[in-house]
Amino acid sequence: MLSTVFLAADISIPDAGIAAVLGYIVVFIGLALLMFVIILMGKIMTARSLRSQTDAAGVPAQPDVPKEPQTAEASSAAQIPAAPGSAGQVKLYDVPDREAAMIMAIVADKMGKPLNELRFKSIKEVKEDEKV
Amino acid sequence: MDILATLSKLINDSGFAAFFTEGGWKSIIMILLACVLLYLGIAKKFEPLLLVGIAFGMLLTNLPGGNLYHMEMWDSFIAGEIGFGDIAHDGGLLDILYIGVKAGVYPSLIFIGIGAMTDFGPLLADPKSLLLGAAAQLGVFLAFFGAVCLGFTGAEAASIGIIGGADGPTAIYLTTQLAPHLLGPIAIAAYSYMALIPLIQPPLMRLLTTPKERAVKMEQTRVVSKKEKILFPIVVAAFVILLVPSTAPLIGCLMFGNLLRETGVTDRLSDTAQNALMNIVTLFLGISVGATTVASRFLSLETIKIVVLGLIAFAFSTVGGLLIGKVMYKLSGGKINPLIGSAGVSAVPMAARVSQVEGQKANPGNFLLMHAMGPNVAGVIGSAIAAGFLLAVFG
Repeated sequence: MLSTVFLAADISIPDAGIAAVLGYIVVFIGLALLMFVIILMGKIMTARSLRSQTDAAGVPAQPDVPKEPQTAEASSAAQIPAAPGSAGQVKLYDVPDREAAMIMAIVADKMGKPLNELRFKSIKEVKEDEKV
Repeated sequence: MDILATLSKLINDSGFAAFFTEGGWKSIIMILLACVLLYLGIAKKFEPLLLVGIAFGMLLTNLPGGNLYHMEMWDSFIAGEIGFGDIAHDGGLLDILYIGVKAGVYPSLIFIGIGAMTDFGPLLADPKSLLLGAAAQLGVFLAFFGAVCLGFTGAEAASIGIIGGADGPTAIYLTTQLAPHLLGPIAIAAYSYMALIPLIQPPLMRLLTTPKERAVKMEQTRVVSKKEKILFPIVVAAFVILLVPSTAPLIGCLMFGNLLRETGVTDRLSDTAQNALMNIVTLFLGISVGATTVASRFLSLETIKIVVLGLIAFAFSTVGGLLIGKVMYKLSGGKINPLIGSAGVSAVPMAARVSQVEGQKANPGNFLLMHAMGPNVAGVIGSAIAAGFLLAVFG
């Protein structure tokens, strides 16, 4: 009875099994190799970025060029690291994770943008006594 | 003028009369089925952008006398008796639109739009996601094997199996190349199951994972630079196409669209790919795929087998991703939440959202969405490679 159910057409069932296993292995190997390529690419980019940062730090400041006085705002802005990419860190001040996620979701919804296209640097609760 | 004879001729020539000829009842069933799909698309919002088009194409092609689509003409085309020129000259409106499906143009153009809409940042931040994308192709190959066991040819089985990739354009592309006569049921099964992911996946996720595993909070991933994001589509296109050349149309277009998004100097093109182009091609694709569901072909035992095999493919793809997710959980010392594995099926972003929802049910402080987006977009590449392999073997 099984033979009437299992009617293989132009490919035998054992060959189909082999093709299925081989196909799955090919997909795995293909994506594993791609993973190594991406890891390598990431390491090269990180190393280059670190080297350029080190080089920039090693260049002596030019004494002849007078520096413009920095405002307090600009100074504090300079201290804040650049907004990270889509998978960066968000600094939370007195805000639980759950509320932070809700705030981010609401902002994304109101702006009509996907969450992964927005960059949140920090979320801070403004206390009553801190209000200007 | 013989008024009675004229009226009689009008009645006999009408589509209504055709319902009472041999096989006319099949058209009625297909029209009802089209109405059900329209209901699911409009009222239940099941992948409405494509399902509404497919259902309306199904309705139009099964209205007797419309002559919008000619199945026998495409049979002659497959037999090599006529070419695209003959179809453009003699075919109906939907025959002409279907040329874009048959030539593989629409799925590839949709891939440009998908590439332009996809942020591969989470994948770049955590390249291990690619393994989950690979694991979630398990259903493709199990359904392929099952289809051969049920009597389908290798090419037909390959087209049925790719439903498990949960990637509509890839399924349509592969089917038009290998088994165009099955395009209707395969496309409908693929898009219906994609819409049903929030129902199909959660029971499997809860069955295969423990509450402790589901509650794992994952750490933030690293920051990805702009340069990496620009290099990524170039590297992936070159690497994957060299590895499996038959993936060139899909991977090439996907990565081209992504490059438009990431360069920062082609915003207008990226915007067009994401919106205008995507919408226009979706219109043509939906209605012309729906047109292939001619009653005489669609109402068969094969369609039921395809629907069942499609569900098996989806379920096992989810299982494959979850199992490798569990392996990663063990190997990482409990740092990876195995729920992100189920997002390896490439239904973007639905599968990632399901991971997020299930993770949050286990631990309200759990935010898995960005972690699940990595395997999710990896699944798009994985299903394209799986399609490329099947095309290379059976094409």
